[in-house]
Amino acid sequence: MSEVTSASTNSSRGLRLVSRLTYYKEMALKNLFLVCAGVAVAGVFLIFAFVGIRGWPIFVEVGPWAFLAGREWNPTDGVFGILPLVYGSVVVMLGALAIGTPLAVGAAVFLSEIATPRIRGLVRPAVELLAGIPSVIYGFFGLIILRPIVANLTDGLGFGAVTAWLILAIMIVPTIATLSEDALRSIPPGIREASYAMGATTWQTIYRVLVPAAKIGIIDAVILGMGRAIGETMAVLMVVGNAPVFPETIADPIATLTTQIVMDMPYATGDHRTALFGMAIILFLVSMGLVALVRLISRFQTSMESG
Amino acid sequence: MINKNITNAVALTLLWIAAVSTVAILSTVILYVVLNGIGELSPKFIFTWPEGVAAEGGIWPTIVSTMYVTALAMLIVTPIAILAAVYLAEYAVQGRLVAIIRFAADTLASVPSIVMGLFGLALFVEAAGIGFSMLSAALALSFLMLPIVMRATEEAIRSVPKYIRWGSYGLGATKWQTVSRSVLPAAMPRIITGIILSTGRAVGETAVVIYTMGQAINLPLSPLDSGRPMTVHLYLLAMEGINLPAAYGTALLLMILILGFNLGARYFLHRNRKA
Repeated sequence: MSEVTSASTNSSRGLRLVSRLTYYKEMALKNLFLVCAGVAVAGVFLIFAFVGIRGWPIFVEVGPWAFLAGREWNPTDGVFGILPLVYGSVVVMLGALAIGTPLAVGAAVFLSEIATPRIRGLVRPAVELLAGIPSVIYGFFGLIILRPIVANLTDGLGFGAVTAWLILAIMIVPTIATLSEDALRSIPPGIREASYAMGATTWQTIYRVLVPAAKIGIIDAVILGMGRAIGETMAVLMVVGNAPVFPETIADPIATLTTQIVMDMPYATGDHRTALFGMAIILFLVSMGLVALVRLISRFQTSMESG
Repeated sequence: MINKNITNAVALTLLWIAAVSTVAILSTVILYVVLNGIGELSPKFIFTWPEGVAAEGGIWPTIVSTMYVTALAMLIVTPIAILAAVYLAEYAVQGRLVAIIRFAADTLASVPSIVMGLFGLALFVEAAGIGFSMLSAALALSFLMLPIVMRATEEAIRSVPKYIRWGSYGLGATKWQTVSRSVLPAAMPRIITGIILSTGRAVGETAVVIYTMGQAINLPLSPLDSGRPMTVHLYLLAMEGINLPAAYGTALLLMILILGFNLGARYFLHRNRKA
């Protein structure tokens, strides 16, 4: 709290020339703004508290181990093991990252190093617009267009991990591409010039100099893309098939934590409903953990640079 | 060793392909929705009610529900987000308190929408007793929009040149007079852009509103009325597969709204930068 006291002494020194009334008004406004900024913190606590209170009993009644590592999700018989759903979430996320990351980083390198300003002026807004399209439209597109294609290729129904990979990859490309491009563009131009002056080709400069220099920024972008992939609900829901089991092949229907919540919520009661809130609190903690991870990495980088 | 020029040519071609396919995918998604939906759009589709089991007819109540909840969420979030950003950009001293606020804002921005939906259900619909309503949905959405507007406003305030503040202080203005009369007006175009972008996010949100607004087709009048937004309507039509033309039409209208918000924000910023 030391910064608050030092701030108030600063402003009281600055305000000594004004009347007492103005001084109190200024202080009251400042505190009002602080309260507004505190709404963000309050929001995080409220989410944690209200989702947590609803979900907590499942960890007590079923036991954390049986809940987190149980291999069977069968709410009608009171069996609440979410391992198949966690497995589904992880499989869907990893596949989407494997397809989306090369595409997104490639597009980012293209935008920052190869594109002329004119082309960049067209492509960058286009990529940003792609980020604004709602997930339910991506899901609709995946359901109507991608699902039949995947069904033909895999001799199945097309509901499953493969379709979810494709649609999620499309959805995380804008996130990863725009953040990676920002990281690449923040590298000082002198570094590029030094590399070219030594006779390096464009690709050598990209591969040996620029990508290593922007490494932390690109990793942050991929982590945020990861968060988006784990948390994505509607688009995955519409193509994944919604079967809470361990699939035999990558084209079989599966379910993820997010999709199972939407599927079960309309009719879930009692322990079943508690279990869904328990899954939500896990999703919340994972997304918060990823944000904290990005924080830690950038702090690590700052201490490396200054030390 | 392979010739470095050949490697260079191959690698650059691959990067071109990555960029071209990204744009191609975007165009495919947009073109697909436009081509299939354009035949559906008519005044009748926009301004009449859905009828019968297959939801034939129009989607007017869902459009009103979406606009209603978005406007309400914007009214709730705008003052709080702007004042919070004023605190972060003008008043706060960098330190642990600011770090906590920023971390909370980043966390809010990355909360999965389904978690926000369950939170809205638990707090606003059930605990606070507001029930499935525009107000519950708007409150839940405002937590989602808060970090977006906060960040845009803070960046906008920080981009206002220092000398504008010096000029104001030099005339004997207090801090609040400086912020409210000089800094905020100068930052306003970028703040408005941020607000427009965040409303685009609210229009497209599905998982949050499905648990806070309900699903019943209803024309909301008071903030305590329930309704069904366009996104939920599209989801139900698509999953039940009973009326695909209406689904295409809804998807296209939804996309026009959101692209309109995005392009509008860009145009607005561009125009004000020139002026």
